[in-house]
Amino acid sequence: MLTSTPLLTPLLGQPAMTPLAVADPGGLVQSVDWVAIAPPLTAALAGLVVLVADLFLKGSQKKALSWIAIGGLVLALAALLPLALDSDARSTFCLADGGCSYVADHFTLAFQLLALGGALIAALLSVHTVAADRLPGGEFWFLLLSSAAGAALLPASRDLATLVVALEVASLPAFALVALRRDGRGAEAALKFFLTSVTATAVMLLGVSFVYAATGTLHLSAIADALTVAPAQLRHLAEAGAVLTLVGFAFKTAAVPFHFWVPDTYVGAPVPVAGYLSVVGKAAGLAGLALVTTVAFRPYGHTWGLVLAVLAAVTMTAGNVAALRQRAAAPNSAVRLLAWSSVSQAGYLLVPLAAAGYADSDRPVGATVAYALVYGVVNLGAFAAVAATGHSRLDDFQGLFARNRWTALALAFFLLCLAGLPPGVVGLFGKVVVFRAAVDAGLGWLAVVMAANVVVALYYYLAWTAKLFAAGASAPARVPGPLRATLGLTAAVAVVLSVAPQLVLQVVSGSLF
Amino acid sequence: MNVLLIALLVLPLLGAALTLAPLGERAALRLGVGVTGAVLAGTVALAAWFDHSAPGRMQAVTDASWIPAIGVRFHLGVDGISLPLLVLTALLTFLCAVYSTRKLPAGPGARAFTGLVLLLEVGMLATFVVLDLVLFFLAFEIVLIPMYFLIARWGSGAKVPAANRFILYTLLGSALMLLGFLLIGSQAGTFDLTQLAAAHGSGLTHTTQVTAALAIMIGLAVKAPAFPLHSWLPDAHTAAPTVGSVLLAGVLLKMGTYGLVRVLLPVVPDGTATLAPYLGALAAVGIVYGSLACLALARPGAKGDLKRLIAYSSVGHMGFVLLGIASLTPSGVNGALFANIGHGLITGLLFFLVGAVKDRYGTADLDTLAGATGAALYGRAPRIGGLLAFAAVASLGLPGLAGFWGELLAMYGAFDPAAGLSRPAFLTYLVLAGLGTLLTAGYLLVVVKRVCMGDPKQPGLSDVPDLQAYEAVSWTPLAALTVVAGLWPALLLGLSDPAVKHLLGGG
Repeated sequence: MLTSTPLLTPLLGQPAMTPLAVADPGGLVQSVDWVAIAPPLTAALAGLVVLVADLFLKGSQKKALSWIAIGGLVLALAALLPLALDSDARSTFCLADGGCSYVADHFTLAFQLLALGGALIAALLSVHTVAADRLPGGEFWFLLLSSAAGAALLPASRDLATLVVALEVASLPAFALVALRRDGRGAEAALKFFLTSVTATAVMLLGVSFVYAATGTLHLSAIADALTVAPAQLRHLAEAGAVLTLVGFAFKTAAVPFHFWVPDTYVGAPVPVAGYLSVVGKAAGLAGLALVTTVAFRPYGHTWGLVLAVLAAVTMTAGNVAALRQRAAAPNSAVRLLAWSSVSQAGYLLVPLAAAGYADSDRPVGATVAYALVYGVVNLGAFAAVAATGHSRLDDFQGLFARNRWTALALAFFLLCLAGLPPGVVGLFGKVVVFRAAVDAGLGWLAVVMAANVVVALYYYLAWTAKLFAAGASAPARVPGPLRATLGLTAAVAVVLSVAPQLVLQVVSGSLF
Repeated sequence: MNVLLIALLVLPLLGAALTLAPLGERAALRLGVGVTGAVLAGTVALAAWFDHSAPGRMQAVTDASWIPAIGVRFHLGVDGISLPLLVLTALLTFLCAVYSTRKLPAGPGARAFTGLVLLLEVGMLATFVVLDLVLFFLAFEIVLIPMYFLIARWGSGAKVPAANRFILYTLLGSALMLLGFLLIGSQAGTFDLTQLAAAHGSGLTHTTQVTAALAIMIGLAVKAPAFPLHSWLPDAHTAAPTVGSVLLAGVLLKMGTYGLVRVLLPVVPDGTATLAPYLGALAAVGIVYGSLACLALARPGAKGDLKRLIAYSSVGHMGFVLLGIASLTPSGVNGALFANIGHGLITGLLFFLVGAVKDRYGTADLDTLAGATGAALYGRAPRIGGLLAFAAVASLGLPGLAGFWGELLAMYGAFDPAAGLSRPAFLTYLVLAGLGTLLTAGYLLVVVKRVCMGDPKQPGLSDVPDLQAYEAVSWTPLAALTVVAGLWPALLLGLSDPAVKHLLGGG
């Protein structure tokens, strides 16, 4: 008898009132599928283990913490395997009427792979940095693992409350990570990051509350259904809520105009943390953006499709223009260039999401996932190379090939992957699938803007690459073991993907949800 | 699966990878000669094995799934259109490798040089054998990085700006081309060139065809280069080392015109027909513009650089190729393909010769070279002078040499363009092209007069060594083939004609 009221409400012009009496109290007891939630759970537990172990380990033993953290991330990645082999999507934390808060489908798995894999590479990079910069080990690894757990939880969330919580779990430790290098620059970077982020979160929460008020639900798919039948006078509220919610995620992806924190934060943070933010932080924002747009706000597809398309075009252009203006002799120019390049890459990543709005389908999202995976590997590789050389200015990279040929070759390969030019074949195919998504959705103008941007970006990537091979020999420098391992790992993955792009591009072949 | 065709791509790739190993300078150069020689032998074997009775059919086909997620197949094959270009590429690369063993341009070392040339060869060969649009784009892009470094590291003068200009221009073009390819793929549901050619545009609306053809045409026109998009070429040629210029003019430009024939004509025939008059107009303007630019550079007191002059002459010659393609007739397209090969042989030879002159005199500046009476190569280095005069008259299209047939057929195509194209427009282009041939003859004869003739006993001249053995070895094949192609055009036309008719949908 209760079920008939929502059908009547549009006719009466009144929103559905949530009944306070619960018909079936037993239905509220949710069963938990531990296998499905294992990946983020493992990372979170490993964080707790690190925190406790930190109390009992003394001085030189603290090095063991890093290996606990890395082991935890490897276990979390391993926990993805049974889910990947399972052909059906698992859901848990479900309500009796079918809405689930946690779903482990292909979309979730791909982003969890990116979040946890990115965190693992950042962790491998950090082993050396934590020791060399004498960062507090227990805190560092705990924060990194907590943030990774949040980033892994986010793509699986299917209601707005869980999404917001996950986003905050991913972000809050990141502020502290940025601030861990206890100099003025680190504190300033963290504060800038914190203030902008908190503002974005507040705006997003306001948006979420509007959406809840208009639809009476927090579950993403239920929101989509409710929006289609929402009464006319609530439409503006719902639309405002949708826009404000998008703002929060746009901040995380560092889309224009929410990008100003990026260069200062990356420069102030330890290099591995900057790499982590550029990949995992961005992945979390993108996953959230993809979920709220393609699932919850699907009925408004053409509206946010246009918004995201403009956002993508402006973001890639602004990032590239700023990257072009970097002077090679300026201090920290290498990390700054990578920061601005990551802003422009965020623009490319938004293109398929915009296409999803135009195409009224979630298929183009696969292109974002594929490009994000490729970008994650090669961008972390580039950060690894920067960390391995210890250079902060672009000019310091002059003649790196003569000093350290394998590092130079790896960095050149990563830069060409980011530029999307052979021999960086995987980067090229990443861009091809993004272009394809835009062209298929009829977003020709955006594809042309992106093509122009790809050409502009080539200029600075190539200028850096050319620097590596210029004359300027000096004594060869040794690269610390963990950094060498990370460089080797990322380079190997990028080479394998270049030979067999199908491994990563398979995510574009069907619907991920 | 065809092992030979795959080996042609894998061999230079392995060679390029090998140069990462610690090799000596001489060993690296010898590796380059060995690998390019093996590739040349492979292409000759392929040409011998090729079924000459059916050049319109794809042969030596490999078709395997590569990236099923986006429908990209590893599809290779050769027909009568690609086979001559394949052999030309392998030949020019081999001759460059041989030439480099004795005359390595000043730069960071032989190992990197060899590696880049081999990588370049992979991309060039791949462009001519792939039968998948995305693969074609990939091959098109592979050549950019090696050629960029060849110009920026081993070049001379304003080499880095020239290299940047080259790569940015070309990338902008190829990015647009990719959008065109993706549009076709999205509408037709396949990237496979043989399937798309068989469909001959059916299933694609006129708007789609015109949009895709425009994007692809712009991309390929940058590479070819067609008239308003050519401005990267003179700088790149002036700055590039001899070997880079030879490969740039001899092969890289052909990738653009080959793409027009391979992709544009069969895949989007309606769109091409709509745009063909504009392409023809640009081609005709390019012919006259290139020759006028050369005439201006050849004038005494113009401080004309010989390499720059030949680069501009390439704009004119490629104009003939584009005009032939724009006529959309079998004779025009056959002429374009013939002119492609002819230009590759002749301009390759010309760049070798000008490079040698530049090495001997330390400058390619025509005024400095010519001095008061002329550089007098006939008197001082008669063999080089003779070869230069030979290449010049071949380039101006003397009957009996390779430059003649292609341009004649291209103009014949313009005289009688395909049905649906405006005859008066093409007749105008024909007249302009005819004017261009006259101007071409004019500036080439001026160059011959100023470089080859003159008083050998004039004061202030140092001794110039005549033709060296390594130069003779690397240049003779080009000169000989120029004569062979000129005297026996059926050798090439017999191969290309059935394939062209097949692509144009006639046979």
